[in-house]
Order: sequence, then structure tokens, then C-alpha cells
Amino acid sequence: MSTLPVPAGPGQSQVQRFAAVLRTPLGIATVAGVLVVAFVAAFGPALWSAQAAATDFSQLSAQPSPAHPFGTDAGGRDVMARVLTAAQLSVGMALVATALGVVGGVIIGFLPIILPRRIARFVVSATGIAIAFPALLLMMMFSIVVGTGVQGAVLAIGFAMMPAFGRLAQTMSSSISGRDFVLAARVLGVSRFRILARHILPNVAEPLTVNASLAAGGSLIAFSGLSFLGLGVQAPDFDWGRLLNEGLSKIYINPATALAPAGAVIFVGVVFTLLGETLSRGFGIEPLLGKRPRPLPRTAPGGQEVADDVDDATVLRVRGLRVAAPARSGWTHPVNNVSFEIRRGEIVGLVGESGSGKSLTCLAVAALLEHPLDVSADSVNFDGSELTQNGKVPGRIRSAALRTMLGTRLALVFQDPSTSLNPALRVGSQVAEIGRLHEGLSTKAAQARAIDRLAEVRINNPARRAKQYPHEFSGGMRQRAMIAMGLMGSPALIIADEPTTALDVTVQRGVLGQLKAVNREKNAAILLVSHDIAVVTGLCTRVLVMYRGSIVEDVDVNDLVAGRAKHPYTRALVDAVPTMTAEKGEPFTTIPEGTIFPTALVEETV
Amino acid sequence: MSTLEFRDLWVRFGTGRSAFDAVRGINLIVPSGKVVGLVGESGSGKSTLARTAVGLNDPHHGQILLDGIDVAHAKGGTVRARQRIQMVFQDPYSCLDPRMSIGSSIMEALDVTERRKRRDETGYRPMNRAARTARVGELLAMVEMGPASSQAFPGTLSGGQRQRVALARALAAEPDVLLADEITSALDVSVQGTVLNLLLELQQRLSLTVLFISHNLAVVSRICDEIAVMNRGEIVEQGPGARVLEQPQDPYTQELIRAVPQIGVPLFGKEEIEL
Repeated sequence: MSTLPVPAGPGQSQVQRFAAVLRTPLGIATVAGVLVVAFVAAFGPALWSAQAAATDFSQLSAQPSPAHPFGTDAGGRDVMARVLTAAQLSVGMALVATALGVVGGVIIGFLPIILPRRIARFVVSATGIAIAFPALLLMMMFSIVVGTGVQGAVLAIGFAMMPAFGRLAQTMSSSISGRDFVLAARVLGVSRFRILARHILPNVAEPLTVNASLAAGGSLIAFSGLSFLGLGVQAPDFDWGRLLNEGLSKIYINPATALAPAGAVIFVGVVFTLLGETLSRGFGIEPLLGKRPRPLPRTAPGGQEVADDVDDATVLRVRGLRVAAPARSGWTHPVNNVSFEIRRGEIVGLVGESGSGKSLTCLAVAALLEHPLDVSADSVNFDGSELTQNGKVPGRIRSAALRTMLGTRLALVFQDPSTSLNPALRVGSQVAEIGRLHEGLSTKAAQARAIDRLAEVRINNPARRAKQYPHEFSGGMRQRAMIAMGLMGSPALIIADEPTTALDVTVQRGVLGQLKAVNREKNAAILLVSHDIAVVTGLCTRVLVMYRGSIVEDVDVNDLVAGRAKHPYTRALVDAVPTMTAEKGEPFTTIPEGTIFPTALVEETV
Repeated sequence: MSTLEFRDLWVRFGTGRSAFDAVRGINLIVPSGKVVGLVGESGSGKSTLARTAVGLNDPHHGQILLDGIDVAHAKGGTVRARQRIQMVFQDPYSCLDPRMSIGSSIMEALDVTERRKRRDETGYRPMNRAARTARVGELLAMVEMGPASSQAFPGTLSGGQRQRVALARALAAEPDVLLADEITSALDVSVQGTVLNLLLELQQRLSLTVLFISHNLAVVSRICDEIAVMNRGEIVEQGPGARVLEQPQDPYTQELIRAVPQIGVPLFGKEEIEL
């Protein structure tokens, strides 16, 4: 029975996130800006409208002076007072138009979910066509149709915003409505309206709010543009666009009369953008710019004395490897003081469950982990070269010689065959790149070698295949291409991180066979990372068991299979693997949730 | 107690020249109160078959019979009949609405079920709010989750816990037939057993008819009465579990079984490396 501690909803953590964002410089600037804009917009007309209307015939088009900080206009009215008074209309119009655009857009965007399929498709295409027109063109068209003036401008800009928001809402809602929880609700028989209100709307509300806030800034500029063109607000009303229009005609006489409304537009536009940024960080759409925890002390983690020279029969020796990740409350150690060795030509398995630190260990050893992760070790010695510098494993190796050594002697095969190759480049040139980069081969020679290596990993018709793109390869063939990439050099070690997890069993067998063949023909050692103990025991001679960031056992495969594993976690893990030999109806062996095993390496008894 | 039967079912995606038949003339009976395993590799059409049974895909041709009623082209009352078939999905990280507490997710299922029963069963006395809240607690207890978890949000639960909640939500609809689509393939092996044991126990207690879709033959062999093997949209072999696994007749089934890695069995002999 699992008992849950404090039930924490997204609400609770979100409040914390917002509190954290508001303490950053971004948050402080946003709050200050919003307060200023809100105050001026709310009280501007009450405070300054009399002054803005007062004409002073002795001061027509005057230069800035203490009495008129931005001078006066052609009617002798104070420009600053007019800018402050216009804030209410300008900001108000921007907000109302944005609200119109968002609400209209969301309705357009959600219609396809409620409507029958054929009509829905029509709405989607209509939105697509509408979005192809430039917003400015739509805006001008609407404003001519609806008529000039405040109302006309608001409607014009609101309508012009609808297609963009409609498209945004469509994309987001269609991605949500394909998720399993919406499918489950449909299977249960929840009505489309309820699915929309309870599942889709809450999940798209946050990105929509952020976008609305950014769009408000844009619409402010659009209003100014419209008024500037004479299509927006008409006299005697005035907004910043009209003030800009008046000021610009006299820009050579008194630039301040144009600069004041322009400055106001920019200021409020920036405030809206900041607000959007703050909201997106608060909602967790963008990462929080939090403080990093204090740097780790520079002492070598394991504190072990490590001999400089490595036995020639050892291809990889890792001592005291530790990966630290910054968290809100200091550093966590997803890999904690890991030591192991791989001999030349050996096939070693690394097993453990998700989150045990297997993949991080591999990436750390290959010097591929970068900021903000911190990788330290007493020693990582690969093929006779030491990778650590001052107790750290850098994410980017500076020495060109060392980079070339890693590039040609260490090969990597990753889990997801659909992302490990660049979809925009031909497979052949990706495989060839290693040869060009590290061995100085000409493009032609590298390409020839790539084709040769593709043939070696049993890809039929390699010359034609090399010209194809990754999407034309099946998952198993992509993994073979990754192996071929490793064979461009002369690999001493192949790190294969769950190379067959995404593949079907029949394909898995072929890829594992290929690894085994490379091991035998090239004497390349293999570190096979897998969550599948059956795969590991079927291919490896020795198994490292990882649990919560530590290697808890280093066991010979024969001992593991015969049930002679010593660590309780290893034994529990092996027992939990279902086998084909068990009787039907027999309950599965489980590891009860919440069971904690020791993380110390079990001692070998010889 | 209900029997689910697929009769010459075809499911087609796309039209014209790009049309693709994901399911090609499937005939399959899931007998009342039994667990039938459906195995096959990705793209073989097993998930499509299940999704069609619950109305997430439209059949191109053929029938899906629930106790003799065709639910494949469901309308009105048959839609409600089809809701007696429920499904648990593969991905524990997408099966629950991240913005809804566990309790309200299950409550939503209960509300729909109540409405369905009010319409279908004459003289049905609806549950009031308090009774429903108590029922949410019962359902959570059935899947071995503490009552406190009803306030929790999915983000705070482990993958195994989420799948158990998804199971409770499906059970809230009082299904006769449960479709389990790779429900443990995203879970760690230590957690997988817990979810499967629970499924088996509930299947027996509620005498559910279960179609258990999986690519893991070891799991299927342990919990299924019958096994059907799918390849390229067709069922290539079906029969009692032990028979299919021990004496596979179809070459594809043979290949599939041979490829399953077993603990302690070397994948490749000394000289035999197949590529």
C-alpha cells in the first residue's frame, strides 16, 4: 500500500515558482513596470486631462522648458500632459483588442474539436488561409470596413489578431487532444464540451496567457501605426499614435514632441513583453533563471590515490566518478563515486532501473556532459590517456590530440535511433564525417570508407543507402549505421546505451549480433547498458549493477545466472524478470515500492 | 461477464493510393471472463485493433460484437453499450491529466457512468455526491492506493502508481471488458510485477474479460489463457497459451519466440552469429 506524504498539486508548486520569479530582477522590473503603466492608465485623465487641454497661445510649438518638459504642440498644449492622458486610451484599446483577438481566436481554435469532422476541416483550412494574409493588411481592410475611430480601430485590430490566435489554439488543442488522458475520457464517454472545458482548456491556458501578453505589446504598436496613418483614433480623441503623427511633422523643429509618445509606446511595449516573459517562467514554460547552488568544493571526490600507469590490457579505468546536478536545495549526485574497469575485448553489461545513473555514467566517461552538470573523478583513463583535468572531466576536451583519440577509439550507440542521426543530412556523409574530421581523409576517401563500413554492418547496397536520409532507414538499420560510424576509426570501446530498447525483438537480435561480430572481429570492448537483464546475460561476460547512482555489484554472468549474486538488489532484480518457463497464473515476483537497498559495493569473496 | 468478438475487421488509414490497412480481416474471440494475449511487433496493428474496439478508430469493414451487439458503428444506445469496454493505455506519463487531481479524474469517470446507468437501467437509483466520493476511495483502495492519494496530482506519482490510477479510472466505468495496451512496457521490471499482479487479481475478482496486448512474451505466457499472434495486420496464429509458445506452427511465431532473450541463455552460440 503506498501512502503519499503531502499531496502537492500543480497549484502549490506554481505559487512557489511565481514567488521565485518575482524575486528575480526580471520579476522586479515587471512588477514595477506594470504598476507604473496601471497607475498612469487608470488615473492619467483625471490628473492631467485639464492640463492637456489647456492651450497657451504664447507657447505655440515651444521647445522643452521647465514648465513643459517636452515642449508644446501647435495648439500650445503641454505634450507631456497629453502623452500621460493618452495612456488610458492607448493601453485600454490595446487590451480590449487583445482580449477580442484571444477570445475570438480560442473560439476558432476550439471549434474543430466540437464540430463534425468535415466542417472542422473547413475551419482549419479557413484559418490557414486567413493567417496567410499579413496582419497589417487585414487590419487596414477591417478598419476601412468597420470605419475609423476608436471602435473601428479596436475591432480591426481584434479581428486581425484572431487568425494567429486561432491557429495557436488549434495547434495546442490538437496536440492535447491526442494525449492518452483525452482519449481515456473519450472512451469513458465524457462529452466533447466537457473534454474541452475540463481537459483541454486548462492545459492550453498558460501558453495562451503568455502569448496574449506578448501580443498586447504588439497591438499597442499596431494602434499607434493605425492612428499614425490616420485610420485610427480621430480628433478630438487622441492616443499615442495621433500624438506621434502630430509630433513627427515637426520633428526638425521640436523632436521632443515626437519622442515623448514614441517613448511611451516603447516603454509599455517592453512592459508587456516582460510580463509575458515573467508569466512564462512562472508557469514553467521556460526554465527559471534561478540561482545556482554554491560551487562544489574542488577536492577530488573519492579521495583515492590512483596509480598513474594503467595496465595495458585495460581499455577503460574509472575511479571515483561523480556527476553532480544543481537542484533547488544544493547539489544532487545522480552518479556517486563510481569505479569500474573494462578490459580490452571484453563485453561488460551495465544494468539498473530508470534513474539509476547508467546513461549519465556513460556520457560522463565519454566526456559529453556539460554545464550545468559537474563531473569529477579521481581518474578516467581511456585507452592509456587520462581524461580528467584537476579532478574534473571537462564537457569539451581542449586538446585536439585527445579529441581525435576519443573520436577514433571510442564509439557510441544511443537508445533512440530516430534522433541519433541528423535528419537533414545523408547517412553516408554523417558516417564519413568522423574520417574527415579526425583522420584528415578527403571527402571522397571518407565517403568511400563510409560505404565500406556500411557494408561491414550488413547494410545491403551500401552505395545507394549512403545517399539516403535517415528517415529512409528502419530503426534497426539506423543503429547499424551508428555502429558503422564507430567503425570509421578503430574503436577500442563501444558504449552502447540501450541500443535495442526501441527496437522489436527480432530486430534486436540482429543489432546485438552486429555488436558481437564487431567485438570479435575488431577486438573492440563493449559496454552494453540495458534495463533488460536477459539481454545483458545473453551477450556479456561480466555485469555491473547500478542502483541509485552507485555500482552495487560487479558480478560474473555465470554467477548471476546461477543465482550467486551477492547484493540483495541484484537478486531482487533478477527474480523480478519474468521468464517463459514460469507456470501460468503464478504471481509475478515484485520489489515492493519504497524498498531501500544499501548502495555500498558488495565485497567479493574469493 | 461479456464476450468480445472481432468479425472480419478491417481498419484503413488514409484514402486512395495512400490508403493503408493497419488491420486486415481480423477474426478474434475474447471469451467471457478469460484473458487473451495479443502479441506482435510494433506496427503489427495490435493497438489499432484495441483502439477500434473503444471507438477511437473507425472500422473500414467488419464487426466488433459485445455480447452479440455490434459496437463498431456505434450510435446512441450502442455508444453507451460500448462504454462497457474500457481501455488502459501504455504511457503512464500521458494517461492522466496533469491539471486534475487523482480523485477528480476518477470522479469524472464515475459521473459519466452514473449518467449512463440512469439512462439505461430503469429504476436505477443514482448515487449522491457523498456516495460517489466514498466510491472513489473504494476504487483507489482496489488498486492499492491510499485514500490520501485522491488529493494528489499525477506529477507526484511514480509510473507504477499512475498506471494503477489509470486502472482504477477504467474500473470506475464498471467495464465488462478491459483492453490493456502495453500497460507495463514503460515501467521498470520491479514495478511491472506489481501492476500485473493487481490486474490479474482484479480480473479474477470482477471476472473481467481482458484483451492483454503486449510485446513481452514472458509476461503474456504467465497471465493469458489464450494467445493470438499478429503480424502485418493479420492474426497468424492463435490458440491456448502453452500450445502457441511451446509448439508454434507459424514461421513468424517461431521467429518471434526464438528472438526473445532469456536470462542465462546466450543469445549467440560460439559460431552462430546471425546478422
